[in-house]
Amino acid sequence: MMSRLFLYWRYIRRNWTLGIGLGILIFLILFTLIGSFYIDPAVDPYPLAAPANVPPTLAYCPLSQPDCEEPVAYPFGTDAQGRDLFAVAITGTWMTIRIGLFAGLIGIAFGTFLGFTSAFYGGLYDATIRWMVDVLLTVPGLLILVVIASSLGSNSVTIDGMALIIALIAWRGPARVIRSQVLSMRERPYVMMARLNGMGSIGIIFYELIPNLLPYLGATLVEAVTGAIFASMGLAALGLGPLREPALGVTIYWVINQSAFLRGLWWWAAVPITIVALIFVMLFMISIGLDEIANPRVRRAE
Amino acid sequence: MAKLLELRNVTKIFKGGTVALDDVSFSIESDSPGIVAIAGESGSGKTTLGMMALGFLEPTQGEVLYKGKNVHNLSNKERVAFRKEVQAVFQDPFAVYNPFYKVDHILEVPIQKFKLATSKAVAKAMIEEALVTVGLRPQEILGRYPHQLSGGQRQRLVVARAMLLKPQLLIADEPVSMVDASLRATILESLYTLNREFGIPILYITHDLTTAYHISDHIIILYRGSIMEAGEVDPVIKNPQHPYTQLLIDSIPWPDLQRRWGEKEIIIPDGAKAAEPNRGCKFADRCLHVMPICRESPPPLFQPNQAQIAACYLYDSAPTLAKEEVGTLFSSKNLAYSSPG
Amino acid sequence: MSDYVLQVKDLDVHYFTDAGIIEAANKVSFNLRPGERLGLVGESGSGKSTTALGILRMIKSPGRIAGGEVLLDGIDLTKISEEEMRLVRGSQVSMVPQGAMNSLNPVLRINDQIMDAMIDHGLNISKAEMRERAAKALQAVELDPRIGEMYPHELSGGMKQRACIAISIVMSPKVIIADEPTSALDVITQRQVMQTIGNLQERMGSAVILIGHDMGLMAQFVDRLAVMYAGRLVEIGTVKHMFTDPLHPYTRLLIESLPRLDAKGEFHGIPGITPSLLELPPGCVFNTRCPQAMELCSQRIPRILNKGSERQVACHLYENGV
Repeated sequence: MMSRLFLYWRYIRRNWTLGIGLGILIFLILFTLIGSFYIDPAVDPYPLAAPANVPPTLAYCPLSQPDCEEPVAYPFGTDAQGRDLFAVAITGTWMTIRIGLFAGLIGIAFGTFLGFTSAFYGGLYDATIRWMVDVLLTVPGLLILVVIASSLGSNSVTIDGMALIIALIAWRGPARVIRSQVLSMRERPYVMMARLNGMGSIGIIFYELIPNLLPYLGATLVEAVTGAIFASMGLAALGLGPLREPALGVTIYWVINQSAFLRGLWWWAAVPITIVALIFVMLFMISIGLDEIANPRVRRAE
Repeated sequence: MAKLLELRNVTKIFKGGTVALDDVSFSIESDSPGIVAIAGESGSGKTTLGMMALGFLEPTQGEVLYKGKNVHNLSNKERVAFRKEVQAVFQDPFAVYNPFYKVDHILEVPIQKFKLATSKAVAKAMIEEALVTVGLRPQEILGRYPHQLSGGQRQRLVVARAMLLKPQLLIADEPVSMVDASLRATILESLYTLNREFGIPILYITHDLTTAYHISDHIIILYRGSIMEAGEVDPVIKNPQHPYTQLLIDSIPWPDLQRRWGEKEIIIPDGAKAAEPNRGCKFADRCLHVMPICRESPPPLFQPNQAQIAACYLYDSAPTLAKEEVGTLFSSKNLAYSSPG
Repeated sequence: MSDYVLQVKDLDVHYFTDAGIIEAANKVSFNLRPGERLGLVGESGSGKSTTALGILRMIKSPGRIAGGEVLLDGIDLTKISEEEMRLVRGSQVSMVPQGAMNSLNPVLRINDQIMDAMIDHGLNISKAEMRERAAKALQAVELDPRIGEMYPHELSGGMKQRACIAISIVMSPKVIIADEPTSALDVITQRQVMQTIGNLQERMGSAVILIGHDMGLMAQFVDRLAVMYAGRLVEIGTVKHMFTDPLHPYTRLLIESLPRLDAKGEFHGIPGITPSLLELPPGCVFNTRCPQAMELCSQRIPRILNKGSERQVACHLYENGV
């Protein structure tokens, strides 16, 4: 067990981009987990939980009582509507990642299934799927989402609802990537050998093709999650998200809507922007790190 | 005399119009467990023929029969038997391995799927015995990934797999062309042993006539999808009847200083690329002995002597052999020339 | 000695990789007379292509020439500047690489590609003269000069290969290095191309180094043969000597493993596996597989010994006048 861990550590030292990405991920997870002990998630990230417009401070006293006995800590300050931005950071991060994961996983699952079966079975089915994916890929995703979200009405959108909407476009990319991979794998001699070993089509799919797809699936997952988070932030910043929730994109919407910069409330913008930047750097690093894992495999196979 | 494998008037045309095989018929009989070489250059159709025999390609016209049944029309039970009984060794020693698994995978899976062993211990013993037979040491091979072995080791392992499965027919498609010279003889020897000691008929597909001569009993010469000549390997190589075979043999660089190559003139067909298909003999445009009838209709299989057939009008005074009978040529009972060893 | 056009002396080509130093070519030495045909034969990884690239100074990083000399008519190619080497490459020493037909520019006519070769080497003659030379080059490779006006995709494989040869000989090089020039061709076209190379070589007086692993082709084409194994040259001699009376055990085993017309059904493989270039055995590189290995063989690398005119072998069996 220890030697396994040591091997992983040595690998991370070589593949430092993956290391940084995973490091940020672990940091965010810890931040969210540990931070959640210090807040009340039902109250603090929502309006009127705290006095408004408080800059970041560790000891806050109301203006009327400059030397109060129990100063409250607002490490990230509060916003114009009284939300504790520290609580917003903790709950919002998790919400944003949840949307990304949810939409990404559904998109991958659906896209992989379509791409796989399309490549494996071919024929009219393949031609139809291919045409559909090609056409849909040319339409900008955000456009589709804006149309759908705005026609649903902003009151009815929830966090999970957004994820489902985004999943509607998240499957396009994976379908194409997986299809082309399976097409090339299908002709490989080891698939012929598998047939000569007595394997049927289902066995070949699960035991011969899917294991070799795992690196591509991993990379495509990261890409899908990144895209989903992007999409959710875009939608939310346009005002098409769940406006009451403390999701990071929604926070940005309110920042713009309430002219936070003009009012000098810089910390209100700094919180979501910093976290979003961290999330994207993390996803980027992970995808580059995964690329390095995927490529030596491919090179070895040649 | 039952037919183990039969190709009946098989034609294969690929998308784009390439005719890979043109009305080819031959068979391997159950009682002639010899080695039959399918020899030809690239574009001759030999690889396509191998893929058809394995049931991986469907003929455009004609049928491929295994033990009398069309291989694309088998019941589930028959299909399982077909997959078990007809095995292959392919050209690329790396691509046949799934890089995700250790090399043991290609030995363990068929044992399990075809229920060849009653327990894991028995399976392990079978695997080790097969490895030793081809000259590999189990402790050096088992548990490794494909990229950790050399090309020669990987190919020998594929042959060991064939030994383990004891198929009824083995298709070897260019098994040594991607292997180093020093290992070729070893691998060919393993195939030879498979045939002579275990009685497994082998279809040896190759472009290299020297190895074909070395290992086979009979040979079929293919050119652009048609059979040009066939028969016992010794007379075909030493006394070729068909002009194409003659040109081929003359062009082979034999590793023998006494035998100089290239005395025959080579005719380059008109135009930079291959000529348009004519309705007659495929070799007409390059043949030194071409006659008007050669371009009119494809020549039947004439039999100038007991051991050879040639699809050439030069021999039109000889009796013809029906296409369905091509298998009878390969019976080891009929060897007119006895080969040593 | 000035009656050699090319002298390779102790050429070392090493690759400096993360995993270690790969000695792809190790102390390779041989001489080439004008008009001579030398074969360089060996299995994959033996260093034959590396040697050719080393002569042309085309070794890419992480490899480089780590020692030795390459004398072309007395001038050491390893010491001249890159600019001077560029002029030598293609005009005095040219190469026909494997699969050369895939390196033809698909959008240029054959003539234009031949003339490009002339222009690149600073040939200062009129366009009309260049066209004439191109036509002569095509004739030399037994192609109709009208082919010059065609594009590569209009030609067959054999014709493309011969067009490549035309490009490499248009400057009348002193040495032509052909690295498996026919491996992608069928046997009949192969014979044509090799006979073409032979004819033009005789007419031009160039020397040819033929690199390959097909012993049959060597037997039919070359005058002298050099055998390489794991980066070292183990034996060199006339092709007659090599086939009828090989000295080095590896050469002998190699010849014996070849299928013969009079020995059907007999197989003589070489036991063991070729060592990885990263983990060469100590002493003679062949000692792990050699049926005649002695204790000395795993201790000391054998020197190159002269065994008669133009015959050398690197083997302890022949030391001290055995």
